[in-house]
Order: sequence, then structure tokens, then C-alpha cells
Amino acid sequence: MRARVYITPKKGVLDPQGKAIEHSLHALGFDEAHDVHLGKYVELALDSQEPERARQRVDDMCRKLLANGVIEDYRFEIEE
Amino acid sequence: MRWGVVTFPGSNDDHDTLYALDRVLGEEVVSLWHKDRDLKQVDCVVLPGGFSYGDYLRCGALARFSPVMESIIQFAAAGGLVLGICNGFQVLCEAGLLPGALVRNRGLRFICQFVHLRLEDTDTPFTCRCTSGEVLTIPIKHGEGCYVADPATLDQLERNHQVVLRYVDGSGRATAEANPNGSLNNIAGIVNRQRNVFGLMPHPEHASEKIQGGEDGLKLFRSALAAYTEREHRHAASVAPGH
Repeated sequence: MRARVYITPKKGVLDPQGKAIEHSLHALGFDEAHDVHLGKYVELALDSQEPERARQRVDDMCRKLLANGVIEDYRFEIEE
Repeated sequence: MRWGVVTFPGSNDDHDTLYALDRVLGEEVVSLWHKDRDLKQVDCVVLPGGFSYGDYLRCGALARFSPVMESIIQFAAAGGLVLGICNGFQVLCEAGLLPGALVRNRGLRFICQFVHLRLEDTDTPFTCRCTSGEVLTIPIKHGEGCYVADPATLDQLERNHQVVLRYVDGSGRATAEANPNGSLNNIAGIVNRQRNVFGLMPHPEHASEKIQGGEDGLKLFRSALAAYTEREHRHAASVAPGH
């Protein structure tokens, strides 16, 4: 099994990197781009057999280490 | 008083802090290794600046799980003094010993400069020898020093007088221009609710001798020393026979 974890800045938390990227996109003529946010992508393999258990464990990993709940949101997918 | 300075892989102000405590202040100080669980009977633990674990994942996120931190979390819960400077402040936030988090500077640039800091509260062991409202000049050097917290947490910090240092201009005003990194409410340093854990982005150890450009950082170390000495006297008096 593999997990793909997406970590993004929480809404309302200052995201100067997202802002800088948005400005650069506009400078290149991509005026339609807005609400740009830069996050993190974590991919990992799992020694698990049960998808439901794997889901719980990955959620635990996110809460304990991969994301900081004060400033970040996360979501993930499990691929069997 | 016995101080301990922690070294994580990637710490780089640990020796400057040891120097300030040992050579400048003449204090008893020991090094604590990140793999040690033994805090060597210190009275105050200092988490120094640097880039622990290469700042991988998030600043302080991996250091927070090192063996020494388990002991420090217990030490703090028992009322022990803990001081986190720069990366140390980030570690304390990641460990949940202080609320909020430190994110990338508003201007995206690493900033290395002296800043003015207004002393907001003297009712902490780390500021008890300072004067409320006095302006300290201490350097910052960080890329991720923008303090953030949700509105409720921020409100609590302000109401409980947990904001200890604020970025201000030369005349002590907390203006937007005087805020180097975008920190909410110009926050540069906070204490926990119990007031024994203090985290700040500025580096007091780099303002401990005139040759460094100033000595204001010593006021924080000397305060902790005074608070500790006073506590020991009180303790001695309370256990002495006849009292």
C-alpha cells in the first residue's frame, strides 16, 4: 500500500510564498490564477494489509508529525 | 545555578550560548546532547538557535521528538525553567510547550539585524530584573520568525500577559514598520501560562558583550538567575527549622 499526503497552509494563515508565486504568475500573463498556496507532498509506502487500519495510522502520522494543526491542513489518499 | 544548553544536530548557537553563560556571566553550565534523557540536574534548560535536523519538514518539527525533549517536557511540567531561543522557540511551539507557530517571514527573506524590543511583562523569571516598557536592543537572524496563532489563542496570550517582547521602533512604538517578519501583534517572545517556559526569536546570547554591539541580552539571563536565587532562598527558609 502507498499513501499520498497533501499538506497545505490553513486558510487565514499568512502564506507569503503562495503570494509571491501568484505575483510571478501574473507577471507572466497568467492573470486568471488566484488564491495560490504552496504546500507539501509526502509519499510513503506502508506495510499494511487492511486499508481502514492504514487510513487510521496515516491520519495519526499527519496529526503527530507530518502536519502542524496550528498552521496546516492535510488530506491523503491510500492506494492499495 | 546550573544551566544546560541542548545540542541537536544542526544547532549552531549552542556554543555561543555556552560562552555567554560560562565566560561572560561566570555561570555553571553543561552541554546536553539530543540523545540524552538525563538533564544532568540543571536548573534551566536552554534550547539554542540553529537549524536542528536541517529544518526538515518544519522548523523544530523533528527536534521535538528527540529523546532529550521527552525529559524537557517533564522538566517543564514540573516547573523547571526552559528558555528557547530562535530555533529553540520553534521547537517549543512544535512540542506544544508554547502555543502558536513560527512561519516564513512575511518578506520571504532571511533577516539578520538588531531590533528594538519592548519589554511587556516583568512577571516572568526571565524578565524579573527588567523594567516594564523598557526597550532592549538585541539581534534577530531568521527566515521563519513570523509568529502566528488563531484569534482565540492570541486573545488569551494578550489577556494573560503572556506576550513578553514585542518588536517596536526606537521610541518604543509597536508599528507595522518596526515588525521585521510579519508576526501577529508584533510578537517577538512569549511565555506559557505557568510562566516557566519562555520562547523568543531574538538572540540574547548575541547581545551579551559590548564587542557584539550591546549587552541587553544579559538582562534576560540575569533575570533568570535572580528568579532562581530568590526561589532557592524562599525554599531554604520554608524548610529551615524554627520558621
